[in-house]
Amino acid sequence: MNNRSTLGSKLVASPYIVWSVLFIVAPLIFVVYYSFTDASGAFTLENITALSKYAPTFLRSIWFGIVATLICLVIAFPLAYFISQSTEKVQRTMVMLVMLPMWMSFLIRTYSWMALLQDTGIINSLLGKIGIDPIHMINTEGAVILGMVYNFLPYMILPIYSVMAKLDHSMVEACQDLGGNRLTVIRRCIIPMSMPGIVSGITMVFVPSVSTFYISQKLGGGSFDLIGDVIERQFQQSYNYNLGASLSLVLMVLILVCMAVMNRFSGDEEGMVI
Amino acid sequence: MLKKRIASVLFALMFALLPLSTAFAAEQSDINALRGTKLYVYNWGEYISDGADGTLNVNKAFEKKYGIEVVYDTFDNNEVMYSKLKSGGVSYDIVIPSDYMIQRMITEGMLDKIDYSNIPNYKYIPEKYKSLAHDPKNEYSVPYTVGMVGLIYNTAMVDEAPESWTALWDESYANSVLMINNPRDAFAIAQSVLGMDFNNESEVSWRVAAELLKEQKSISPAYVNDEIFLKMESGEAALAPYYAGDFLTMQENNPDLAFVYPKEGVNFFVDAACILKGSQNKLAAELYINFLLEPDVALANAEYICYASPHTEVYSNPEYSFYGNEILYPEDGKFKTQLFLNLSPETLALMSTLWDDVKNHVPSPASSNRAFFFGGATQAVADDGEVMTPEARKYALYIGIFALICLAYVVFRYARKKYREKV
Repeated sequence: MNNRSTLGSKLVASPYIVWSVLFIVAPLIFVVYYSFTDASGAFTLENITALSKYAPTFLRSIWFGIVATLICLVIAFPLAYFISQSTEKVQRTMVMLVMLPMWMSFLIRTYSWMALLQDTGIINSLLGKIGIDPIHMINTEGAVILGMVYNFLPYMILPIYSVMAKLDHSMVEACQDLGGNRLTVIRRCIIPMSMPGIVSGITMVFVPSVSTFYISQKLGGGSFDLIGDVIERQFQQSYNYNLGASLSLVLMVLILVCMAVMNRFSGDEEGMVI
Repeated sequence: MLKKRIASVLFALMFALLPLSTAFAAEQSDINALRGTKLYVYNWGEYISDGADGTLNVNKAFEKKYGIEVVYDTFDNNEVMYSKLKSGGVSYDIVIPSDYMIQRMITEGMLDKIDYSNIPNYKYIPEKYKSLAHDPKNEYSVPYTVGMVGLIYNTAMVDEAPESWTALWDESYANSVLMINNPRDAFAIAQSVLGMDFNNESEVSWRVAAELLKEQKSISPAYVNDEIFLKMESGEAALAPYYAGDFLTMQENNPDLAFVYPKEGVNFFVDAACILKGSQNKLAAELYINFLLEPDVALANAEYICYASPHTEVYSNPEYSFYGNEILYPEDGKFKTQLFLNLSPETLALMSTLWDDVKNHVPSPASSNRAFFFGGATQAVADDGEVMTPEARKYALYIGIFALICLAYVVFRYARKKYREKV
């Protein structure tokens, strides 16, 4: 009985297992292999030691990722709460509106931000009409973070919303019955219960923010690199797969560490406090 | 008698047909046999007349003439093209790289020798574009377009017309200078200013050029490629180095733009059609290259691409819209030019690490453009060559503070939990 069910489940899972071996495990092995070899395929640690000069780039990427994630969280949480409290019709429309930008290519949307933020762009010419001097926005760190927040915000809203929408409302009522005011209800009841959504939202925003390259090239003017830019350049421009792979490997490890820390952070969640 | 007459007629016919049959070393039957086959072409983006606005669709015309299907892909720069081919995931018959990349591909055995007897139109290429250093024996490449890099400027935004590359370092143009986001071209500009050879292999001179590029960062240039079109046309930037042909396209949309070949010298390039080793359809590839050199096809391409054409029948044609254009076809020797050649693997590696350094260099005085979110954080003087630049320390500090807050919170929660358990 037991054997048969495991065989059955294995069969069901097999397409995914084949998929993940081919497209997840094998590439990972390649990344590790390239990181520790040189162009001729001989073992070397040179790619790893060469990384020290990219430390500022790593730090900048991680910091940008943290800032973008925090801003997304601050925007997304109240919005998700608001959506989940609305009537079903409003909910459907709002979720649609959140997803709507994702129907368009990420590249086109980022490129349009360039036209918006330029010194002679749409925002500055509107400001000029009401008599405000143009603000230099394009090619700054702020513009890059704005691009990250804009592009990845839906990935924060949707998981939080989907957890909140399924929230057991009797818990909220119980909390209110025990004398909690609105703030206490949110702090002690809603936030702890929507923690799974928050955690997956943070993951889904932080990881792509840290590794992005297109946003920093278009909105940052290419004048400072994020780690994704360096990796892209190793593969596309310099044809240095080995250095590129070792950069990716370290990036993966860093992200894993961040995620592990965060899971630890939210892991001992007993619905008590935030 | 009759026999003799028939024989002489036959002879005459044979002689009449002779030019036709020698024009192509390949027999007509061989060409006919290619019907229904496929030809894979890999070219720069926007680099062939594609039938838009009533122009000639070159690929369609070729398909119609020979019945060979053209599978056409594009790339944005030589290095991307090289990486794609080198990674082995793709196979093409024809590529159109630039000079130095052609030389590199020849050195690495990636190109096949061309049978020029199948390309009679090669006669339209003048001698000055043949036997150049990247293909000294004319074995591997057929010039497609040529051109020079120059300085585009917006007359409404500059006080006086620049004559020198040093305008790109001028503090009065802070935040409105663009640079080509490509190490080879960016270094060439610095090397011109310093009076260096673009193809020198001396480590010191590359490092000096990199220092000059780092210096430029104090006026915050934006490193861009095709965004140059948007930024120059909209008046967002005052100065940008770019290809002469693209300037003509931009000027159509913004008449304020002007162009100069800086006095220090500029890069001259040749993009040429090559056949890749392992091509499955070499004869068709040669037919295609020959077709590109048909005077009307070459003219259509030259009109569409706006780059200079190395084709005698194009640039001497008075009906050609850039006939005698001084920017595209300056007198020979009027400007100092240098060709890019392939660099040794060591110099290439050096160039790419130096380029990473340039991109990540933060000029020491607080620059004006970081006021948007981070309130103009002042930076201490950077000790160059040091790994932890002031900027890196700043980010490390931020991350550290963030981590400390998180840690403090975890400790606090743990302590409270213990406390509650006790109570």
